[in-house]
Amino acid sequence: MKTHLLPAIKLTLVCILFFSGAYTLVVWGIGQVVAPNHGKGEIISYGNANGNSKYGFTNIGQTFTADKYFWSRPSAVGYNAAGSGASNKGPTNAEYLAQVQARIDTFMIHNPAVKKSDIPVEMVTASGSGLDPDISFQAAKIQVPRISKIRNRSEKELYDLIDKIKEGPLFGLLGPGKVNVLKLNIALDNLK
Amino acid sequence: MNSELLGVILMFVLTLALAIPFGKYIAKVYEGEKSLLDFFAPLENFFFRISGIDAKKEMNWKESMVALLTINLVWFLFAMFILMNQGWLPMNPDHNPSMSSDLAFNTAISFLVNCNLQDYSGETGATYLSQLVCFTFLQFVSAATGLAAAAVVFNALKARTTKDLGNFYNYFIKSLTRILLPISVVVAILFMMNGMPMTFDGKNTISSLQGGTDTVSVSTGPVAAMIPIKHLGTNGGGFFGVNSAHPFENPNYFTNIIEMIIQLLIPMAMVFALGYYLRKKKFAWMIFGVMTLGFLCLVIPNMIMEQHGNPAIAKMGVDMSAGAMEGKEVRFGTPASAYWSIVTTVISTGSVNSFHDSFMPLSGMNEMLAMMVNAFYGGCGVGILNFFIFIIIAVFISGLMVGRTPEFLGKKIEAREMKIAVVVTLLSALLIKGGTALASYWFAANPVTHAGWLNNPGFHGFSEMLYQYTSSNANNGSGFEGLGDNTPFWNITAGFVMILGRFLPIIGPVAIAGILANKKYIPESAGTLKTDTVTFGVMIFAVIFIVTALSYFPALVLGPIAEYFSMIH
Repeated sequence: MKTHLLPAIKLTLVCILFFSGAYTLVVWGIGQVVAPNHGKGEIISYGNANGNSKYGFTNIGQTFTADKYFWSRPSAVGYNAAGSGASNKGPTNAEYLAQVQARIDTFMIHNPAVKKSDIPVEMVTASGSGLDPDISFQAAKIQVPRISKIRNRSEKELYDLIDKIKEGPLFGLLGPGKVNVLKLNIALDNLK
Repeated sequence: MNSELLGVILMFVLTLALAIPFGKYIAKVYEGEKSLLDFFAPLENFFFRISGIDAKKEMNWKESMVALLTINLVWFLFAMFILMNQGWLPMNPDHNPSMSSDLAFNTAISFLVNCNLQDYSGETGATYLSQLVCFTFLQFVSAATGLAAAAVVFNALKARTTKDLGNFYNYFIKSLTRILLPISVVVAILFMMNGMPMTFDGKNTISSLQGGTDTVSVSTGPVAAMIPIKHLGTNGGGFFGVNSAHPFENPNYFTNIIEMIIQLLIPMAMVFALGYYLRKKKFAWMIFGVMTLGFLCLVIPNMIMEQHGNPAIAKMGVDMSAGAMEGKEVRFGTPASAYWSIVTTVISTGSVNSFHDSFMPLSGMNEMLAMMVNAFYGGCGVGILNFFIFIIIAVFISGLMVGRTPEFLGKKIEAREMKIAVVVTLLSALLIKGGTALASYWFAANPVTHAGWLNNPGFHGFSEMLYQYTSSNANNGSGFEGLGDNTPFWNITAGFVMILGRFLPIIGPVAIAGILANKKYIPESAGTLKTDTVTFGVMIFAVIFIVTALSYFPALVLGPIAEYFSMIH
């Protein structure tokens, strides 16, 4: 052990310098060039009336509970992007199941035109990160009648908007399709 | 075909297609043959020269293990220092506090042993210095430790009689420079192009679209440096609290595919590396077959059960076509999340892109079974070591069945090797069930004090505790995260389970291999038990099945199986 101790300490020090220091700096340097927004995370702006531009992160979901916006998924942490989290509720937990039932009821009250069997399950269950930026096509479509009424827009206009914003599977082949709720709502606000 | 299913199949096929040539490359690296990245040699020599290490000096198995344990001890002390002082050390823009001693103990061990159980949450519990100098560093070197131990065993299994099993430091550094580092850099670039952050700035404050003037803080950081090695080294410790479910840590389906492939790549490639190294390709394919059979037996049911969804929610009358979406993200979908849940548990990554606590009861059981076996592909380097133990047991039992002295690769398996193999196997059962029993007793004795432990009542609460020790022992690091595990009891008990669950299953196989290498080599004859046949593969699978069923069935009945029956009732 003694013969190995000094070499081990020295080797540890050079490894820290190289694999934490040099490696990280190289990755960071490349990121300045290849990553969107210089590696600070992709942003999307939503200017307001005064011209003060506000922005959010494209990938980080936000709370949307107002009737005039497309709703995002339930979140166990209220879309707190400084403390991500899942509900970690087990599938047979009675308290949890009551919560899901309450979400269904709330959804039905705000969207009376929707049949219960058309509500996709992701709209009444909390995401893994608590920051899920997306919903499914179906989840966006069933909210159209509500928004159309509040905003005085034709339903067709809103369906077209969803079609414009939605993203299909990767390369058209792999994985699920999705709609980024933040992008969709920004486009909704910008409708002329 | 359904695009989500196609995505999963593509992930598996691509991994296999990459693992075969990569295995050949790994074998060349450890044999010291010419290979693609020989230009790293001057850098490696520089490392050795500064540290005063003679990388050409042959070591026997005991010296290798002493070297391994000594350097691990140095890393442990270093990590403890950083974590307990991170609050005042630099690179802490969010002003996160230093860790308490029990949390630092658990966390330091967790990253040291390639487990990456996280009783803290990345956003609030760790500084950028800890993430880079402590976690990312340990993710590199703990993976290289496992690979180096596997390389010693490879060397010992060659057809000859020797004490000299290569140089531990040489294997260790080459694992870093020629295997882990180059892939990490390439993958980091792909991640950053897809929007993964790489910045030293602290939290951003933004105004949400709906909220008007309300502000939201958004945590960020040097994420893209950590995530490649987190997966490549089967570490699994995430930058953020929710690991690879976080949109910054796994921005889209493309990054999900990459993270999935690179975590399974080395465990699979090591099997083929063994085949090339020993010039026994058929033997490698036999091992691969057994592992894949075990993997499929776990992953297919999980994908079906998760796609089917929660029957209790189905009764409420909503559209269940997306599956069990509690704890899952829309951009990955249910099939890719269910696939991930088994990949991450058969190998010892333990990263998650969806939350296992909310999976269906029997899906949760399969995740635990995957960790209890811990050898269907298995962790970075250590998976093949765990499988080696099962091979030894299977050879011994087969030998007894046909009435011959058991031989493996030209060496007799005798009482001493068997004792080590059995101790290593039984130790897992002891640690997992002993730990769970202790915790259950403690909880039952003080239900009020410990009310914060369990996030779910009944059978599921028991599963949360069982999962924690299973994950600690397997050095996996995933969790039923509802468990309130940042308490001295959990930090310390899980810490000890992690240490024992790491080093004994490394020392055991290396010792067996070292002892075998020293024995007389007996060339293969007509009487030798063939170990590269389907029959022997079935034999190993049976041994794994029986050992696992006998060890864990009663505990699983109390948790997930009971919950399943209460759910369908």
